[in-house]
Amino acid sequence: MRVIDDMTAILTGLWTTWKHILRRPVTIQYPEEKRIPSPRYRARIILTRDPDGGERCVACYLCSAACPVDCISMQAEEGEGGRRRAAWFRINFSRCIFCGFCAEACPTMAIQMTPDYEICRRDVMDLVFEKEDLLVEHCGKDPEYNFYRHAGIGVTQPRGEGEGEKPTVDVRGLMP
Amino acid sequence: MAGADVIPDPMEITLVIAKIGLVLLVILTLAAYLVFAERRILAWIQDRKGPNRVGPFGLLQPLADLIKLLTKEDFCPPAGDRWLFFLAPAMAAIPAIMTFAIVPFGAPVRIFGRDLPMQVADLHVGLLLFMALSSIAVYGVALGGWASNSKYALLGSLRGLAQLISYELSMGLSLVPTVMLARSFRLSDIVAAQEGGWFILYQPMAFAIFLVSILAECKRIPFDLPEAEGELVAGFHTEYSGMRFGLFFVGEYINILVLGGLAATFFLGGWQGPLLPGLLWFWGKVLAFAFLFIWIRGTLPRLRYDQLMHLGWKVLTPMALVNILATAWWLYLAGSSPL
Amino acid sequence: MAATLFYILATVMVIATILAITGRHPVHAIVYLVTSFFALAGIFYLLLAPLVAMFEVIIYAGAVMVLFMFVIMMLDLGHPERGGRPALGQWLPALLLGATVLATISYAAAGFAGDKLPAMLPGVKEFAVTLFSRYGVAIEVISLQLLFAVVGALYLGRRR
Ligand code: SF4
Ligand code: SF4
Repeated sequence: MRVIDDMTAILTGLWTTWKHILRRPVTIQYPEEKRIPSPRYRARIILTRDPDGGERCVACYLCSAACPVDCISMQAEEGEGGRRRAAWFRINFSRCIFCGFCAEACPTMAIQMTPDYEICRRDVMDLVFEKEDLLVEHCGKDPEYNFYRHAGIGVTQPRGEGEGEKPTVDVRGLMP
Repeated sequence: MAGADVIPDPMEITLVIAKIGLVLLVILTLAAYLVFAERRILAWIQDRKGPNRVGPFGLLQPLADLIKLLTKEDFCPPAGDRWLFFLAPAMAAIPAIMTFAIVPFGAPVRIFGRDLPMQVADLHVGLLLFMALSSIAVYGVALGGWASNSKYALLGSLRGLAQLISYELSMGLSLVPTVMLARSFRLSDIVAAQEGGWFILYQPMAFAIFLVSILAECKRIPFDLPEAEGELVAGFHTEYSGMRFGLFFVGEYINILVLGGLAATFFLGGWQGPLLPGLLWFWGKVLAFAFLFIWIRGTLPRLRYDQLMHLGWKVLTPMALVNILATAWWLYLAGSSPL
Repeated sequence: MAATLFYILATVMVIATILAITGRHPVHAIVYLVTSFFALAGIFYLLLAPLVAMFEVIIYAGAVMVLFMFVIMMLDLGHPERGGRPALGQWLPALLLGATVLATISYAAAGFAGDKLPAMLPGVKEFAVTLFSRYGVAIEVISLQLLFAVVGALYLGRRR
């Protein structure tokens, strides 16, 4: 009968909610209890160093180009030995959407995301992080990786003169 | 005016005023805490914790809400009808509070050598007064929505008008059998008549109809069409802010308490019950009804408008009429005293 | 005390009724009229007719006026408060009827000796017994009429 079906439906619903009243709440009381996100969580961005302690970032602008909201800006400069680095490096966290594209794009593993999600500030201007705020004293997620060892510091010696390196092709000459 | 010209003695007046003050205090405090309880219980149903920050276990939350409401801007839409806009919340809340005057909320006690009924006014047309006041409560909803001069509010109040009129009918009809059993409109008589057995045992059908009708009367889910958040923003009180909104809001909870108290009085023996004192029994029953309302709110979805009208006019009202006829036959066949 | 209450209620009632008649906005007029019904109910109560008082509120204030309001809210009236006052010719029939009623009541009141109210409160039971035994046929006729109205409304509102 329809009435009985309807009543059963309502009572089943009431029974379900009753069971939920007695269940433990899933709420996490935030400032007191904090959940620990997984290591791959995408929150506050850092600039890491290589195992030797040097800055990894070579100011290639790839992260800045990859950023969908254009919140990374920097100025490249050349250090001693012709080594490139960022004169200043700025991330505006009030615009950042934590998409992780910058970390994806970075060839040197310099820019990385961390699980630290508590980056609110009273003043929005405090959310503009400079290089000093971003740079950390460790290697981040990949402690072994050292871009300069990997790629050679070849930028200061002439092309084609490295060990086992073929001479460069003279594109203006006629010889093959 | 003959016969009414007796000057009551000052003691009587003092006691009545004390009772009124006490009832007001209890009702308003309970209503404020009902809001809190509703938020907590709904949270539990949804596996959350609910407000627990203000004071121990969040018990001071109603106070915080009150301060917030009082300090908010009291806004009236410029194109609205100022006068009615400001009057409507009071028209919604006052009948609900006034209804409590006729509810017997405890066994009579002896104070200063006189019997003091735990009831503000024991009218011999008490049940009719309840019907009258509940029919007046419609005006708050209707005028509030109309005076706001906003389409959501107007739609909400139109729905409210139609809903309240329809369900008042089934509510009134479902109470007729209790009057037939108790042979009185006086609420204390109705309570006294249930000494042998609560009316819910004799009239389960009437109780079911009454329960559904009072759910609709206090505009609670699943009958909250006048304020359906999903469709009408906040329905008839869309434009209200500050304490005027608070009055509508608290009025709804006062209504829950009052209607719960009346349901207890009509069907669950009022303050009667074994062992415990009457006051505890009565308020326990009221709070049980309040819990039921909250529980239902956490469970059921909202009805569609045509389903609402269908339920009211084509299911509840005919059922109530048949129930009246059946009760009449039963009383007739069983002789003058069936209980 | 009852006399004081009576005069307060009577004043409220008269003023509210006058405002309801002269008010230009129908919704305001309804609010005044409901106020007047309330005062009237209070007077009935003072006159030891609580049943009539309750019916006054339930039926007139709670049902009839609500339906009026429903209709007014459904219609778009524009700005009725900006309309003109009715002309004298439109007032005349109302004034005439009002004067007749007033004259009749005054005549009846002049012959009233006072103190004729029953000493005992006529209870609900006596009221019901009288209503359903002495006026039973009238009740049946009225309920049949209401039934016709319901059937008629159903016929008009049925789905084609
Ligand atoms: S996470 Fe996305 S939005 Fe944020 S800086 Fe990196 S690329 Fe830009
Ligand atoms: S952080 Fe990485 S991608 Fe960005 S400029 Fe530095 S090296 Fe390039």
